[in-house]
Amino acid sequence: MGKYLLKRTLNYVVLLFIAVTIVYFLAASQLNPINQVYDIQNADQSFDSALRVLEERNLSPETPLLDRYWTWLQGVFQWDWGYEPSGGVVTEKIAAKIWISVRLVVVGSTVGTVIGVVGGAWTATRQYKMSDRLFTLWSFIMISTPVFVSAVMLQILAIQFNRRTGWNWFEFIGETGRHGDMWISPYLDRLQHLLLPTISLALPQIAFYSRYQRNLMLDTLNADYVRTAQAKGLRRRKAVFKHALRTALIPTGTLFAFQIATLFVGATFTETIFGWHGMGEYFIQSLIGQDVHATVAVAAFAGVCVIGGAILSEIFVVALDPRVRVS
Amino acid sequence: MAETPSPITDGAEAGYGESERRGVAAHEVAEHEHHEVAATGDDPPEARLSRRRLLWRRFRRNRMAMVGLVLLTLWVLLAVFGPIVFNDYHYRELTSDIRQSPSRNHWAGTTQNGRDLFAMAMEGMRKSFLVGLAVGLGSTTISAVVGSFAGYFSGWLDKVVLWVIDLLLVLPAFLIIAIVVNNTGSAGGGIALLIVLLAGLGWMLSARVVRSLTQSVRDREYITAAKYMGVSGPRIVFRHIIPNISSLLIIDATLAIGAAVLAETGLSFFGFGIRPPNVSLGSLIGDGSRQASTFPWIFYAGAVPLVWLILAINFIGDGLRDALDPMSKSGGSA
Repeated sequence: MGKYLLKRTLNYVVLLFIAVTIVYFLAASQLNPINQVYDIQNADQSFDSALRVLEERNLSPETPLLDRYWTWLQGVFQWDWGYEPSGGVVTEKIAAKIWISVRLVVVGSTVGTVIGVVGGAWTATRQYKMSDRLFTLWSFIMISTPVFVSAVMLQILAIQFNRRTGWNWFEFIGETGRHGDMWISPYLDRLQHLLLPTISLALPQIAFYSRYQRNLMLDTLNADYVRTAQAKGLRRRKAVFKHALRTALIPTGTLFAFQIATLFVGATFTETIFGWHGMGEYFIQSLIGQDVHATVAVAAFAGVCVIGGAILSEIFVVALDPRVRVS
Repeated sequence: MAETPSPITDGAEAGYGESERRGVAAHEVAEHEHHEVAATGDDPPEARLSRRRLLWRRFRRNRMAMVGLVLLTLWVLLAVFGPIVFNDYHYRELTSDIRQSPSRNHWAGTTQNGRDLFAMAMEGMRKSFLVGLAVGLGSTTISAVVGSFAGYFSGWLDKVVLWVIDLLLVLPAFLIIAIVVNNTGSAGGGIALLIVLLAGLGWMLSARVVRSLTQSVRDREYITAAKYMGVSGPRIVFRHIIPNISSLLIIDATLAIGAAVLAETGLSFFGFGIRPPNVSLGSLIGDGSRQASTFPWIFYAGAVPLVWLILAINFIGDGLRDALDPMSKSGGSA
């Protein structure tokens, strides 16, 4: 088991290295940061001086691509992801932004997954009843609504609600804002700002996991061992929770681990729409700003998420499911 | 990355995978044998339901799937014939009506440049339809061919394919497409490039499912028989394996269309996909989202057709799955 995981992890590290290298060459050859430094309006600045600034930041198109890559790679091994064209340090920016994304995603996905799993298990026990049908219809609509539509819809609804009630119940820009000076105010303010983005992240999660869990539960609810448990005198509720739901949770756990990357990527939309300055927003900004080093760093982060999720789901399968044995 | 992959396709691959895959594989085989019997049997053809008739009957029984079919038909009709029938305004035409809310003259309102949003929405639907169809078919073809070849010819080919799939999964597709498309200008070539990139970076997960299905079919008698009759490997794959996993491929292609449309609109939302003066549903939504509190109809003009399409596709995909999978209880008895 340990050896197997080690081997997989090594393989993934190699994959990550190759992937990041490909992204570097693509970004460095396609993005053109000169306009971020060179200011046509500024008569004092010559084109050469702009080039020299880029040269210092290892971004100059005059330097051969391979040389730039080598310099950059040496930096990365000392945990230095290079400079932005404007002179910012990518490593510092990312260190701050990762936590913003994590705060957003952890809360949203936990809420979404838990409600989704419970909802799915509940509707499975009520198959084809009215509540099941309504919930199914709702989750279909929700699954079919991309985040960038549902998030904006939430904003529109929140604005109308605020207007009707005459008080700012919902805040939808940024992580913090102005607040009163009671000791509790800063926390309330954070909660207020967290509310809408969390809902927008959680809704599709609820819809998706409830569908998924419902299908799994339908399989296990009719399984022989659940019937046996009931025949031996266990209450229906206990049989469902202890025997059916527990088995049906294994694939959900695996899937959740597998989806970690998708969560962060999906948060790109949420962050942009709600003005959170996390990794997703940084990715969009770096592309618009022709920022080679930031782009590659974000790509590396996305790659680490994919790999982390894959390894986690492999551990989950082996640890939770006694039927799986790795040779 | 953010092709915001249809969670349904993802689900089929990731966790639930093993048991479900085996289930599908088993029924595929059963189906094939059924097929053989039907072909060689002496029954008059009208005594039995043809496979197609049977599937249609099962599909029709699913009310949501039928609703989806109607929704999709209406959507496609509006996308294809809409601009010809409702031709009061061209989508690039600048009228003097600035930022008007929906009215009898402008059914969906106008933008800040006075462009008619109804015409723009129909144009966006055309673009999305084109991209979705091309990418859906393209990526399903790639995954069918690559997955079945890897599964049938195990050994080094299989290893290479698996490694490439892993690599492409680690590469953030969204970012790569954004970089490449962003720097090639907004001309018509942009859409062709977008289609190629989306198809080329969107086939991996379903290729893995195809591969494991192929492996479960590979050692069946009819494959061995074909092999000993001297049929070449590639021919076996195309004549015997791919037709026998076709129901998976049909479901997959349907959902891949939805995923492709979402990927395209997601890119265009940020301005990385289809860009002005071309119109996509994504760029309409992106434009509208910045003015959603004051002029929400710009947002609705993009959002309504998009959700309409994806909902129809998901309904149909679910119905197809029920109809094609004899294990499924909701499909009914025959």
